[in-house]
Amino acid sequence: MIEFLQQLINGLAQGSIYALIAIGYTMVFGVLRFINFAHGDVYMLGAFAGFYTAPKLMGLFGGGPSYAGAALVLVSAMSICAVIGVLIERVCYRPLRQHPRLTVLITAIGVSLLLESGGQYVFGADPQAFPEIIADAAIEFPASWGIFSTLTITIGQVLVVGSTLVLLLVLRTVVLHTRTGMAMRALSLNPMAASLMGVNLDAILSFTFAIGSAMAGAAGVLTSIQQPSIDPLMGINAGLKAFVAAVLGGIGNIPGAALGGLLIGLLEALVVGYVNPTYRDPLVFAVLILVLLFKPSGLLGKPEREKV
Amino acid sequence: MRRLNPKILLILAVVLAAVANVFSSSINPYYYDILITIGINIILAVSLNLVIGYTGQFSLGHAGFMAVGAYFSAWVTLNFGFVLGATVPATTTVYVLALASGGLVAAATGLLVGVPSLRLRGDYLAIVTLGFSEIIKGVIQNAEPLGAQRGLGGIVQHTDIFWTFTGVALAVYGILALVHSTYGSGFLAVRDDEIAAEAMGINTTKYKVLAFVIGAFFAGLAGGLYAHFKQFIHPEGFNFLKSVDIVVMVILGGMGSTAGVCLAAVILTILPELLRAVSDYPWLPEPVRNLADNRMILYSVLLIVLMLNRPQGLFGKLNFGSRKS
Amino acid sequence: MQTPQILRVLALAASVSIPVFSAMAEGEIPVGEFASLTGASASFGQSSHKGTELAVEQINAAGGVLGKKIRLITEDDQSQAGQPATIVRKLISQDKVVAILGEVASSKSLEAAPICQQNKIPMISPASTNPKVTEVGDYIFRVCFIDPFQGTVMSKFARGKGWKKIAVLTDVKQDYSVGLAEFFVKDILANGGEIVREQKYSTGDKDFKPQLTSIKAAQPDAIFVPGYYGEVSLIAKQAKLLGIKVPLLGGDGWVGDSLLKVAGKSLDGSFFSSHFSASDKAEKVQNFVSKFKAKYGEVPDDMAALGYDSAMILADAMRRAGTTESAALRDAIAGTKGFDAVTGMITLDANRNASKSAVILSIGNGGFEFVESVQP
Repeated sequence: MIEFLQQLINGLAQGSIYALIAIGYTMVFGVLRFINFAHGDVYMLGAFAGFYTAPKLMGLFGGGPSYAGAALVLVSAMSICAVIGVLIERVCYRPLRQHPRLTVLITAIGVSLLLESGGQYVFGADPQAFPEIIADAAIEFPASWGIFSTLTITIGQVLVVGSTLVLLLVLRTVVLHTRTGMAMRALSLNPMAASLMGVNLDAILSFTFAIGSAMAGAAGVLTSIQQPSIDPLMGINAGLKAFVAAVLGGIGNIPGAALGGLLIGLLEALVVGYVNPTYRDPLVFAVLILVLLFKPSGLLGKPEREKV
Repeated sequence: MRRLNPKILLILAVVLAAVANVFSSSINPYYYDILITIGINIILAVSLNLVIGYTGQFSLGHAGFMAVGAYFSAWVTLNFGFVLGATVPATTTVYVLALASGGLVAAATGLLVGVPSLRLRGDYLAIVTLGFSEIIKGVIQNAEPLGAQRGLGGIVQHTDIFWTFTGVALAVYGILALVHSTYGSGFLAVRDDEIAAEAMGINTTKYKVLAFVIGAFFAGLAGGLYAHFKQFIHPEGFNFLKSVDIVVMVILGGMGSTAGVCLAAVILTILPELLRAVSDYPWLPEPVRNLADNRMILYSVLLIVLMLNRPQGLFGKLNFGSRKS
Repeated sequence: MQTPQILRVLALAASVSIPVFSAMAEGEIPVGEFASLTGASASFGQSSHKGTELAVEQINAAGGVLGKKIRLITEDDQSQAGQPATIVRKLISQDKVVAILGEVASSKSLEAAPICQQNKIPMISPASTNPKVTEVGDYIFRVCFIDPFQGTVMSKFARGKGWKKIAVLTDVKQDYSVGLAEFFVKDILANGGEIVREQKYSTGDKDFKPQLTSIKAAQPDAIFVPGYYGEVSLIAKQAKLLGIKVPLLGGDGWVGDSLLKVAGKSLDGSFFSSHFSASDKAEKVQNFVSKFKAKYGEVPDDMAALGYDSAMILADAMRRAGTTESAALRDAIAGTKGFDAVTGMITLDANRNASKSAVILSIGNGGFEFVESVQP
């Protein structure tokens, strides 16, 4: 029982990371109808952005682990990733907007391969130790809690789940209560009508990529707090899982991406803990296939009809 | 020029392969390896072209079908290699049967993937086929009789120029004959406008599944040739990167252009080997050699630049024969 | 228009495959090396390559062998299956190498070995520990010990410590890890011990809390984690966070630059078996470590030491054979006895595997400490 509860907590923390990455997939798909294959690698770049900026930024707060410093590292990694995301869109995807989606997808695969092999060339293939920006430790529970006191929740896990929640709320506000957010929603509903109504497509697309990439960058740093070993290929697996999460929740749907991320995280933890880890990846893909076959619009998405 | 009868060309190609095979012992083994790899890649690219180029169904899981063919045929020759005796004709018969059955099992897998994927298109289909090939890899990684994570070794080398290029001739001829037949124009119709095709009474479902099944059959055949050439196969040899490799051949060659796709398969097999030679020249400046050493970076940049400038492929219009596809 | 197109394709194929003759100077001995310099296992491939490169440099600086210098021709297999076979064919037929060094990963060595065997070119693998590798044929050698030996080294050590209830956490993507675990478990069970929980993970995983939670519930005396340092460091860190206080045990895959950087103090009190210890006071080892640091600016790991030894053993065999002719060279390599290598006294046994001692190291105070040496 306690073990099961513990697995749920583990899954929740991992799921938050997937949720943050999944948002980028889902937002881009919402407005552009294409899968940004390179998104998982932006998450990797977020971790490395944190890795390179942390020593300087943490120095401002005495050099040791501190919450203020960590917040600054998080923000800087998010900004760097936002810029990278916008650049990728400008250089690689924008010129292809009128082309078949297949062409864009291939380009995205190319960008992904470039970021991975380029990452190995620039950062080195060896895993790097992410600096300790927060002193991660288990939270002690009072013994009076009975068997619940044997549960282990770490500061890192609480921070990851907490930051994810905060970021999701901010995103919700932006999407629902700002003009840009409204333009974004209009675009995903009907691009043609939206641009006729004066929505600036280029600006909104840049903005979408910036937000999505910033979320991935945040995920990169948050994951490194818990798992301080980063390498240039870390985005492949996380990216695929997050994509499945986005589809599960209903691609194009932001709350769906968050929900899908959490579910995939939980599923993984339970499969690993109780079944067999070798079946984890095949099972996640099986979930994806089943969702696409029986409810292609995902858990929270609205069904869409192919128009002639 | 009058168009030659394709059937005569098919026979000619097989005879040529047989003749070339006689001289195989005098070919430098490295070039021999590249030549066989070219043949295998042509089969893979041409068969994927049927799915992507002619039928417009984007598949990212071709390496999965290749894996099925490779493992099944290797399993057959490893377990039943000598049931007909140890003579050359006997083992060759088993080898050919293994190749064929590997292709058929892959085709069955293609059916398994094709039918449920029918409801999907574009990016969704790409991801689902990618998912299926990962599942295939996962199953192999857990299958003890197939060597699981250790890989499967001890496969006898049977594949030579004759069998490889007979396979190439069959794949090229088979697929060209199919799409150029009256029956086969259904593939193009599905690609060009699925809804219109449906309205014209074309059974789009049948064509899509058929493309998957035939594509998978030849991918399985290529897998069998591969396994009996390399003599050792490993699940990681059939990963996402391998699928991307084949897709790039199709894109570079120009979707729906069989000749272009063949040419792309040749170029993309030889190019990395040429880069190898570049990095061997000590007098070249360091950065050039470094770049040549990092072929993956070069490859991805090429891919992006190509997509941005010639999304229709390098040889979009190139084709065997004069008939339009 | 059919034939001309095909002809053009063939002409292109022919024109690009015109032999690119390597500039082969007389008085050089070409030796081939294949390694994963890029791709998923690049960190191991780069290490062993650096060791090999350093060895060849030192051999040549000391006058080479048989009056000639060794020319090392290195090819990158990009960590991709299918590449080693092609590369080895290239090295043999185009570069006319007399011997081949490589690979770290057993799956890559297993692909190259049949080709070396068929061409009768001796191949020495620095670090492929799967027993199957040298079973391919009598031209295939290795300078590392094999999984059965290393697995039991650690199980004997655990038994000596009186640990009875052991949990095992294996990397199922690495046959190395699976192999080690198999022989470890066999030995523990055969001697009255108990395996209380067996958990698995895959290379590249970052979150091990689910597995560790399950292991914690089984209350073991020690946990055997025969994986690579990239994952082990995270496993150790997360184990401590989950309140697991028992020592972790492991193998040579633990040695890597980032192990302690990532794990910090969480590995203190753990033990692992290895080929050599960079803190070994022996002159041979210190010499190697300082030269390596001077050239690459980092402390050599086991892969580097094994890469170094593979080249040194080859050079030694060439000297003893007095020729680089393949049969004689093969016999000379097979006859390697008591070669004083960085990773210990190496004798190649009848199965062409290195028979040599392993060392057990403990972790503490931010470094490794030598505990004991285990004879085969």
